Amino acid sequence: MSLYHVQKLLYLLNRDGELRRRFQGDRAAVLEGYELTAEERGAITAPDIGLLYVLGVNGQLLMHYAALCGLEWNAYLEAMRDGVRRHGPVRAGVYAMVPD
Amino acid sequence: MPLVFAGACSHAPGITGRAERAEPAARDRFYAALERLRQALEAARPDALIVVAAEHFANFFMNNMPAFALGMADHYEGPIEDERFLRIARRRVPGHRDLSERLIRRVMDEIDVAYAEEWLLDHGIAVPLSFLTPRFDLPIIPANINCQGPPLAPLHRAYAFGRALRSAADAVPERVALIGTGGLSHWPATPNSGKINEAWDREFLRRWSAHDKAALLSYSDAETYREGGQGGFEIRTFIAVAGAAAGATGEVWCYEPIPIFAVGCTVAVMHLGQ
Ligand SMILES: [Fe+2]
Repeated sequence: MSLYHVQKLLYLLNRDGELRRRFQGDRAAVLEGYELTAEERGAITAPDIGLLYVLGVNGQLLMHYAALCGLEWNAYLEAMRDGVRRHGPVRAGVYAMVPD
Repeated sequence: MPLVFAGACSHAPGITGRAERAEPAARDRFYAALERLRQALEAARPDALIVVAAEHFANFFMNNMPAFALGMADHYEGPIEDERFLRIARRRVPGHRDLSERLIRRVMDEIDVAYAEEWLLDHGIAVPLSFLTPRFDLPIIPANINCQGPPLAPLHRAYAFGRALRSAADAVPERVALIGTGGLSHWPATPNSGKINEAWDREFLRRWSAHDKAALLSYSDAETYREGGQGGFEIRTFIAVAGAAAGATGEVWCYEPIPIFAVGCTVAVMHLGQ
């Protein structure tokens, strides 16, 4: 169930400026409060947008997080494709990659 | 006062955020239709605007996800998105707490709606407002239909929510307008962003314009997901507008598939007062 907690953190980061500032100052300290696997913790911290996508993070949450991390639009789309190349298909949720 | 206006339009963030990357002729036809919608809304002289949107985790999350929600505050903040990403400056948008409360009481006769005294706007409301009330000066009443975190309310409930909004608006003395915002088929926030199923969209808009209620409510979520992507779940907002305009037929003023905006860009109205 920890995908829920990954998404909860991104949800809160997107809407709470104060949490964003704390997160940007000390990511590890903010992540302490969430039940996350090592893989999830690493993906958020890196940030590895591609892996977060494959883990099944809701696309709307991830799109905002990618913008927060400074990824330009095309770089963000490419990061998701790259994630699928490296880690295989999306594992959960409704934002899977489909044939064009 | 009977509902004074019912319309619908797209809300994708690219519409403002990636404007210069669209094919100019299609983009400008879409923007012109939004301007026409702005003028029609203004001509209806509304005191307040209900915006039925499909928000994207600005306020509601899977810890406590309402199928339907209405704002009940005197003002709302937003958009929450990075300002450079959306190109809409953060601001405070006026609400109308008293009117919201009266509407909510009436809606509750038919729908168990959640209410929220705090509400952050995201692109689902901010993008349409940036065209329809560019000074952000008309009091709004935000409404949300959960189109993000399944399980989702079935389509006939979205229609009933629109019908309840209509009964409520008709019962207050204020002049209330309503717009729905959302995508038809689209695959936003995936590597397929830009994929659009134009044939599916046009058939949906045909059913919507004809107010063919049975056909409009016949889509299963599995079919919508297959043909219209996860973004297609937002047809609920258009269906709510149809519910608010029971007995009326509609007209599509614009349908332009614009891949960099990630959606078939739509502007449509229901002809109230028929
Ligand atoms: Fe949306």
